[in-house]
Amino acid sequence: MSQALIPEATEQVRPFHISVPQEAIDDLRARLRATRFPNEQPVKDWSQGVPLAQARALVKYWESRYDWRRFETELNSFPNFRTLIDRLGIHFIHARSPHPDALPILLTHGWPGSIAEFIKIVRPLTNPTEHGGRAQDAFHVIVPSLPGFGFSDKPTETGWNLSRIASAWSQLMQRLGYRRWVAQGGDWGAGVTTALGHLLPPGLAGIHLNWQFVFPTEIAEHLSFEEQRAVDAAKSFLGDGNGYFRQQSTRPQTIGYALSDSPVGQATWIYEKFYSWTDNNGSPEDALSRDQMLDNISLYWFTNTAASSARIYWENKDASFSGGKLSLPVAATVFPREIYRAPKSWAEQTYSNLIYWNEAEHGGHFAAFEEPDIFVEEMRSAFRKLR
Amino acid sequence: MKNDLENRTGVPAHVISRRKFIRAAAATGGAGILSAGLVPTSAHGRADKAPQIARPTATKDVTPFKVHVPQAALDDLKKKLAHARWPDKEPVTDWSQGVPLAKARALAEYWRTHYDWRRVESKLNGLPQFRTRLDGLGIHFVHVRSKHENALPVILTHGWPGSILEFMQVIEPLVDPTAHGGTADEAFHVVIPSLPGFGFSDKPTEPGWRLPRIANAWAVLMARLGYSHYVAQGGDLGAGVSSWMAKQRPSGLAAIHLNLPILFPPPPPPPGGYTAAEQAPLAQLAKYASDASGYASIQGTRPQTLGYGLADSPVGQAMWIYEKFQAWSDNKGDPAEAISVDHMLDDISLYWLTDTAASSARLYYESFAKDFARMPLELPVAVSIFKGDFFTPPKVWGEETYSKLFYWNEVPKGGHFAALEQPELFVAELRKSFALVR
Repeated sequence: MSQALIPEATEQVRPFHISVPQEAIDDLRARLRATRFPNEQPVKDWSQGVPLAQARALVKYWESRYDWRRFETELNSFPNFRTLIDRLGIHFIHARSPHPDALPILLTHGWPGSIAEFIKIVRPLTNPTEHGGRAQDAFHVIVPSLPGFGFSDKPTETGWNLSRIASAWSQLMQRLGYRRWVAQGGDWGAGVTTALGHLLPPGLAGIHLNWQFVFPTEIAEHLSFEEQRAVDAAKSFLGDGNGYFRQQSTRPQTIGYALSDSPVGQATWIYEKFYSWTDNNGSPEDALSRDQMLDNISLYWFTNTAASSARIYWENKDASFSGGKLSLPVAATVFPREIYRAPKSWAEQTYSNLIYWNEAEHGGHFAAFEEPDIFVEEMRSAFRKLR
Repeated sequence: MKNDLENRTGVPAHVISRRKFIRAAAATGGAGILSAGLVPTSAHGRADKAPQIARPTATKDVTPFKVHVPQAALDDLKKKLAHARWPDKEPVTDWSQGVPLAKARALAEYWRTHYDWRRVESKLNGLPQFRTRLDGLGIHFVHVRSKHENALPVILTHGWPGSILEFMQVIEPLVDPTAHGGTADEAFHVVIPSLPGFGFSDKPTEPGWRLPRIANAWAVLMARLGYSHYVAQGGDLGAGVSSWMAKQRPSGLAAIHLNLPILFPPPPPPPGGYTAAEQAPLAQLAKYASDASGYASIQGTRPQTLGYGLADSPVGQAMWIYEKFQAWSDNKGDPAEAISVDHMLDDISLYWLTDTAASSARLYYESFAKDFARMPLELPVAVSIFKGDFFTPPKVWGEETYSKLFYWNEVPKGGHFAALEQPELFVAELRKSFALVR
């Protein structure tokens, strides 16, 4: 048993307890001890990927110091559930606020993130009075795992694209009895949240995005500084930064073999993104602790979701930075080390009801993970107008 | 319909005892990876670390070389295969998301239970092999001289995910034509190097080993072997090297033959639009760009990151290559129609046992975007298009690009791995084309 067991979901909302078998933890350690590495990269930096010395150090820490049970206990300190939606078992954390008027918020992660990104912000959101906020800032928090990710089921048929996930999320909120709620996301979570904005399910009062897909379908010839900066960053992402995307969007199964079988393969596949996409000074550890990164990596490993998570790219291979115009209330926070920083000018053209715009001082693509305090403050400020 | 491979092995519902595996791993120190003929050294002095390959240091001399993979490496491979952890099944019924799980498990099971590395190893060792230092790097090569004195020396360059093993079946017919349906005046002396970072050549430790640098090293090699009139041949990245040789025109190089000429429509598009003959290859290029170049994109940008999974997982390495045998060889859905499972596993095993996933992928980082480009050539060029390849450019592009295109033939059978798939046709192409430059 080298991975976590997940009970079958029904249409009821059933409590779920995370318990990775000790055998799986032992198996991981044995694999890490027996790791065979490639030879050292012929460059001194991360330009060809994770440098060998960093990969070795991460593997050594994972094998000898990292404690999965600590993270598992933390995850189990929240109410976890699974329920069957559109024939797929969906896992989610559902933490209700002690404040009855709290605003329900649905937080959606992306790739290579997970529910781990949001762990530090759940309590400040549900219980603001104990975390520097006011009772009227309270949220009920729902954090689902995307299909094929974490403790959600892995789709066995094609078709789980962003709009289908959005539709499932809408059913989830309905099933939980929420009649007025908001949604938030970055990365693919921003894709799902944008799709919710197009779907406009009853009850959805507004959304917040920490990555905004606001590119015009045709880029004008004369651009402002911010627009040009966004175009340049997007170009770099679509060029030098796009290998993982093109692999996962075309042959997710093939890359899945190596990542399912090799923990160092899985770890470095993700670790590289923590380097590239966080607000750091050359080392991902500047932005996230090694334990935090390994919490997320271990979640992928123990659920054996390398291939199934990569398939979200295959399902949405035509996704673009032009997410389409939205008419519902949209709030946005731009973090400085995002893959590209959306210009406000384009956001105003895309979102006809832009209720909130802020550019944060710190943080990158994994905003809630990297800067939980700032992120919580952004949620409070952004959604104040919709209460 | 199940293919032969699946029928022979069945898909194992392998019940793995993790505890047993862990005990075994602890007892043996986890892994006993190899050195290829060479000296196993423990990189970090820890018993549970896999020893890295230490190839003997090459000098400017041409030093004979034999392959011997330690048994511990082969045992370790089988152990890793027995304990492979698999992803869930793909949600499609074809190869569109990559190697299907059932095919992957069947290949791995055959590799573990039926495949015999020693067979190809002794075959290799039946050939004269050498290593020599070129431009600071130890290069491995096969060098077989014909008994016919006037034989034409040819340097054959493999690509990715190929290797010198692609050429195993064509060596004898090329050097000894009279025993293989040819005439004495069709004889070749054959030189088959392993690209830098591939097989038993050294892995570059500095950037800069681009196609033009390799081309230059090959010219030095041919001069070192004493050849003053020779030809070069290649497909895939080997076509890149051969084309750069033609561009550099080292003294002695008389002509080249390409089985995947790097030909794209010459800019700008003609005023009347592309012809009917150009439509199919244009569609092939579009399909490659949109659906089939993920591997090139990741190898071209982050070869090291990809390398971790492939260096540590034999099934990861195997499927990374197996997918290309399926996509690029001349088959109707199953690569085994074009290349025997043993031949595919020979090539895959060579990558695995030499731990060259990352170092071979780095050639994409170095060169794919920069040097693997359409290049007008003045040297005589011969082309054979094997119609089962994934890209089959039309003759008109060749005529517009190569001023001395002296041979063009379209071979109805065979694909990207032409010498491996259709050795007889490949030999016939080399005999016919190079007859014109002897």
